[in-house]
Amino acid sequence: MFAIEVENLTKNFNGFVAVDNVSFSIESGEIFGLLGPNGAGKTTTISMLATLLRPTSGSALVNGFELTKRDDDIRKSIGIVFQDQSLDEELTAYENMDFHGRLYRISKTVRQQKIVELLKLVELEEKKNDIVKTFSGGMRRRLEIARGLLHEPKVLFLDEPTLGLDPQTRNHIWEYIENLNKEKGITIILTTHYMDEADRLCDRVAIMDKGKLIASETPEKLKEEIGGDVITITSSEREELYAKLKTLSWVKHVEPHDGFVTINLENAERHVAEIANLSATNGIEIDSISIRKPTLEDVFLHFTGRTIREGEASSKDHMRMIHRMGRR
Amino acid sequence: MDIVYTIWLRNMKRYLRSKSRIVGSLGMPLFFLLVLGFGLNSVVRIPGAGQGYMGFIVPGIVSMSVLFTSVFSGIQIIWDKQFGFLKETLVAPVSRLEIMFGQTLGGATTAFIQGFIILALSLFMGLNVTSVPGFLVASVFMVLIGLSFTAFGIAIASKMEDMHGFQLIMNFVIFPIFGLSGALFPIDSLPSWLRSLTLLDPLTYGVEGIRYGLSGTSQVNPFFGFVVLAGFTVFMVVVGATLFRRIDV
Repeated sequence: MFAIEVENLTKNFNGFVAVDNVSFSIESGEIFGLLGPNGAGKTTTISMLATLLRPTSGSALVNGFELTKRDDDIRKSIGIVFQDQSLDEELTAYENMDFHGRLYRISKTVRQQKIVELLKLVELEEKKNDIVKTFSGGMRRRLEIARGLLHEPKVLFLDEPTLGLDPQTRNHIWEYIENLNKEKGITIILTTHYMDEADRLCDRVAIMDKGKLIASETPEKLKEEIGGDVITITSSEREELYAKLKTLSWVKHVEPHDGFVTINLENAERHVAEIANLSATNGIEIDSISIRKPTLEDVFLHFTGRTIREGEASSKDHMRMIHRMGRR
Repeated sequence: MDIVYTIWLRNMKRYLRSKSRIVGSLGMPLFFLLVLGFGLNSVVRIPGAGQGYMGFIVPGIVSMSVLFTSVFSGIQIIWDKQFGFLKETLVAPVSRLEIMFGQTLGGATTAFIQGFIILALSLFMGLNVTSVPGFLVASVFMVLIGLSFTAFGIAIASKMEDMHGFQLIMNFVIFPIFGLSGALFPIDSLPSWLRSLTLLDPLTYGVEGIRYGLSGTSQVNPFFGFVVLAGFTVFMVVVGATLFRRIDV
């Protein structure tokens, strides 16, 4: 059974296509990741599925309810944690939860019981009467996750759940997400531009770039698809190294980066000595060589020809464009 | 109704918690009351006003307080927009109409309380409220000013991206509305072209209504004033609700 089915979903902001003919489906009980640089259209996609933005064209079923026709039913059945904070800073943690419970028309006794239960889950029970203004970034995130769960949604949207958090807190939040999925069976859709996050959490990921969906698979399959290994060589003379490596027959793909070169190839162990010899005979100094299995980062590079950071730089211009158009 | 109450409740909690804002927004009206009231009390004689100039401007300053607080409460939606809280309400399975009504009632309530505080303070400055029905009449007008101008603030906030335009609205809309309303001078003494301008100002009917309630005299028929102001309130709520419904987040 599908929790979400999306068909040819498109969002056009005055000529700028933020989401371009996207189709995918998410099974109930899955953790599904939407992956891509900032400005790829992840948040726009989620906003449409959460009924906050009207799609320009295309259709979607969320928990079996048709988007734009049964928005109220969709809203009751989903929870969402936005990328930007959406708490009332001048209210306490408990009051923020209580406000949410009232909005979703949860009866008083159930509300009071569930709030305490959920605050316990995210370890904020002792802080429940503190004003949110005094909370750290991680505490706010946890409170928002707890709030999103108060009305027992079947599907929980998490838009960049760990953006701007320290590694420890990120780990913590990952654990919460995994537990929610396992113990309560909640379908989770998260967007992220952290590849390790997607790799660790998601059953399946969809890679988005410039509004288009370019791949949708399990992380394992995606990594298999590029095949082989990745060798990373750090060297101050990367241009020369790049020129030499490009001519080798067993190199599938080579890419120069800032201070290092990455090589995609099969059986890296067998060729690494060859590379070392090649550099030595040409007088190219190598600082370090490492061999690893491909990560989702490499998958992204494979599909788009850019690293996710490079992708961000160019999409920021798009964002600016959208902003300007919005003002007109 | 429960949703309207929820939004109203949030407004009340925020209001009661921000002591500095309560005191801060009393500052200007009190300053006006003290400086103009005491300063001009002995030199200004207003025909028909029994309690001197002080008694004359108290209704004006009360409406000023209600006006400013209510517009400000409405415009606060921009903050909710900027700080993301509006999304939380908009993604809930509630209608935007309910959210807007809750916000309007919340703003009107805080505005009424602010106006009431000024009224209570002016009792110590020589204002005599003689009749309870008169006080109730004044309250009705205060509530109407509160409702209409909170809705007005919401309408503006729905159209504005951030607080940058706030100063503009204050200087070119709110101050003229206050200045032209006859809060500080009797409108009968104005040249006829200016007088017709004040009669276009909805606040004039509010000020005169409160004045009628507190002192028993006014330059506009209070019943007529009530009809005009109630009509303006309905109009503003409809406009505010329409614009609020179109907000994109």
